[in-house]
Amino acid sequence: MTIKTLSQHGVQRQQMPCLTKMERMIISMQDPDMGIKLRNQRLLITVIPHAMTGADIFEWLIKKFSISDEEALHIGQIFVKYGYIYPLKEPRNLILKVDNSPYRFQTPYYWMSTRWPASELDYAIYLAKKNIRKQGELIEYEKECYNALHKRINHTWDFVVMQAREQLRASKQRRKADRIVLECQEQAYWLVNRPPPGTLDNIDHGPERRTTNTRVQLNADFYKKEIEHNRISLARNRVKSSICLESYVKYCEQYQPHDPIMQGCLPSNPWITDDIMFWNMNCETVSVPTKLRVERWSFSFMELLSDPVGRKEFLTYLEKEFSAENLCFWQACEDVRHGETSKIPGKVDEVYKQFLAPGASRWVNIDSKTMEKTLEGFKRPHRFVLDDAQMHIYFLMKKDSYPRYLKSDLYKNLLARAVVPQETKKSVLPFIHRQRHSSPSPALATQAAEDDGKTKNSNSFKSNSGTASRL
Amino acid sequence: MEMAAQPSDTLATLKTESETLKTKLEEERAKLHDVELHQVAEKTEALGQFIMKTRRTLKGHGNKVLCLDWCKDKRRIVSSSQDGKVIVWDAFTTNKEHAVTMPCTWVMACAYAPSGCAVACGGLDNKCSVYPLSLDKNENLAAKKKSVAMHTNYLSACCFTNSDMQILTSSGDGTCALWDVESGQMLQSFHGHAADVLCLDLAPSETGNTFVSGGCDKKSCVWDMRTGQCVQSFETHESDINSVRYYPSGDAFASGSDDATCRLYDLRADREVAIYSKESIIFGASSVDFSLSGRLLFGGYNDYTINVWDVLKGTRVSILFGHENRVSTLRISPDGTAFCSGSWDHTLRVWA
Repeated sequence: MTIKTLSQHGVQRQQMPCLTKMERMIISMQDPDMGIKLRNQRLLITVIPHAMTGADIFEWLIKKFSISDEEALHIGQIFVKYGYIYPLKEPRNLILKVDNSPYRFQTPYYWMSTRWPASELDYAIYLAKKNIRKQGELIEYEKECYNALHKRINHTWDFVVMQAREQLRASKQRRKADRIVLECQEQAYWLVNRPPPGTLDNIDHGPERRTTNTRVQLNADFYKKEIEHNRISLARNRVKSSICLESYVKYCEQYQPHDPIMQGCLPSNPWITDDIMFWNMNCETVSVPTKLRVERWSFSFMELLSDPVGRKEFLTYLEKEFSAENLCFWQACEDVRHGETSKIPGKVDEVYKQFLAPGASRWVNIDSKTMEKTLEGFKRPHRFVLDDAQMHIYFLMKKDSYPRYLKSDLYKNLLARAVVPQETKKSVLPFIHRQRHSSPSPALATQAAEDDGKTKNSNSFKSNSGTASRL
Repeated sequence: MEMAAQPSDTLATLKTESETLKTKLEEERAKLHDVELHQVAEKTEALGQFIMKTRRTLKGHGNKVLCLDWCKDKRRIVSSSQDGKVIVWDAFTTNKEHAVTMPCTWVMACAYAPSGCAVACGGLDNKCSVYPLSLDKNENLAAKKKSVAMHTNYLSACCFTNSDMQILTSSGDGTCALWDVESGQMLQSFHGHAADVLCLDLAPSETGNTFVSGGCDKKSCVWDMRTGQCVQSFETHESDINSVRYYPSGDAFASGSDDATCRLYDLRADREVAIYSKESIIFGASSVDFSLSGRLLFGGYNDYTINVWDVLKGTRVSILFGHENRVSTLRISPDGTAFCSGSWDHTLRVWA
């Protein structure tokens, strides 16, 4: 089980924040004034003190946190699942019932933060007690655990049996109510720490994380670096909060009509209506874009460039202005920055020939200082060697061509022609779903390219789209 | 630089000096904080009733789902799980299109290549591998696998940069790294976290040169990809940071932590500007993402729920139930029409 592979300190540290919070809540639940009213509960013929009903817990949670029924039930369930509250009736069923089913608070002795991880020895004693008390009382999986433990810690088995007998003897001397309570507490603890197969294991936490990482050496060098970093950070220029935060309000407002979750989308959200018109109308190669899409290009230069249709339109505009080489240069730089390392020298060379060399066919206008720096970098071309030049041209387009494009007839006409889709309503008959069509996989592109003229592109497209959705 | 007689003295002194500077830094950061986010947002309209439902449930993983990523085509998803399986789905039809079995368990990271032609994944094998997606039913995807990244501890997150050619990774060994896919060469490494790095996100900025990471040292760091330097760091969380995600404008990022809070950090103000928490939320946030406009922050939590936050007003808008175990991963779709959550209950759900 996971317990063995996780160090005690490792997982305890991981669990601590939520356990601490839970325990704080549990304590406030037991507050004599503001907590849940506890009373005696009758269990068959015995009276159990300091008990409460499931409904009590539920109502207290709603009142305390001002939350919905569903959330209160959810939180209540967590407390029972983690063993902080246990049921008196049907003790093997660790769920919260919102009725007058009786529950009790688990003693801190058995809390997850105190008694974790549960020890094998303790479990062996517990099972031994059950076995001795009544033959055949062990359930199937408990029998298996018992036998496995017997094998594994055979050397201390005498001690186990002795402890079990001793504890049973001591409990016989208690009042019946106390005995029942102690048995319930212990049982609840083991249901949480050794859950029956098929039930949720709350202790499972995934691979270990280490705060004191042996691979990061917290040595003098590390701290020196940190000190340097902090010094630089201190000297940093900061912007007033009021200015920064105002920009979020503006951004959210500007983009709200474009946010399908906030404001829906036309013709409809494909996930809700099963109709993919929205995707078809906004795909990369559409001839008439939607109005919202064209409007979005005016939000920022980046929006225009990152939309393939927008970029194409912008290129057309630049061609009219005889400055298309700027965009082409920018694209070529992007290609260098994000392409294969091995291709960098070749690409840089091409860029120089086409855009930067004196008399180049698509010469771009860069200031002399940047040009000098760039040419110097060409002696040992690397991924970022064109960054300064690219930045220069980028801001040139952004400050000059872009604003003029937005004022141009080309843009305005496109905006006027742009489509506003009609709303498609959800199917009137709720049980009839629209057929959900599959789409050609993007991986198709490489497949078609690899099928070196074996079959015509269009044919392979048709035959493959049929199998694309099947494994 | 004076050399103390005992090395332990020097270390303690350095540590104290660093702590002092950190305190000073927080003081400096507080000086320009003249207003709270919810105050600025008072004039913004409150959000109405919020209804989101599960529209698709993707069943097929045999064990805990640990990570997911969307394809740029807005409908395909890659997901990875504890049993070593990585599955590519057409989430719209719920069909499984590809499946890969990794040679390790706990595949904690997976990512879809921008071209849609490959996926990257890794976990307890300490590596990040790229699998080209083949449509040939008979082809074993594992045969064309390419090992790209090598760390000295588990891989916690990976993502492609703007092309299929580079991958950014974060690891339990306390570092992040940038790799060239073609050669498997490490292009840059990022050192500065004091413990396991659990998450990362690429900045959507114009210059596209930074990313943010979060770790078990409760710190989130912003890095310059070109120089490997940590540009900014924040240390206000009280426990492990499980997830970091940039606000769509790139001027801020949110983080989700085991301390049961999500926090927003502004990069120009250089400070934490909002905390998203509630007394009734006990368990850690494992995964966060923004809606397209940045108005909503979705958080998947370890108590099986998804909490939806109004980013501007700081209030919780909704709580979504449905998963039957921890929510481990959550991502909004590329066009913002839906988000997908993956859980330890073996399923993925698409909500809209």
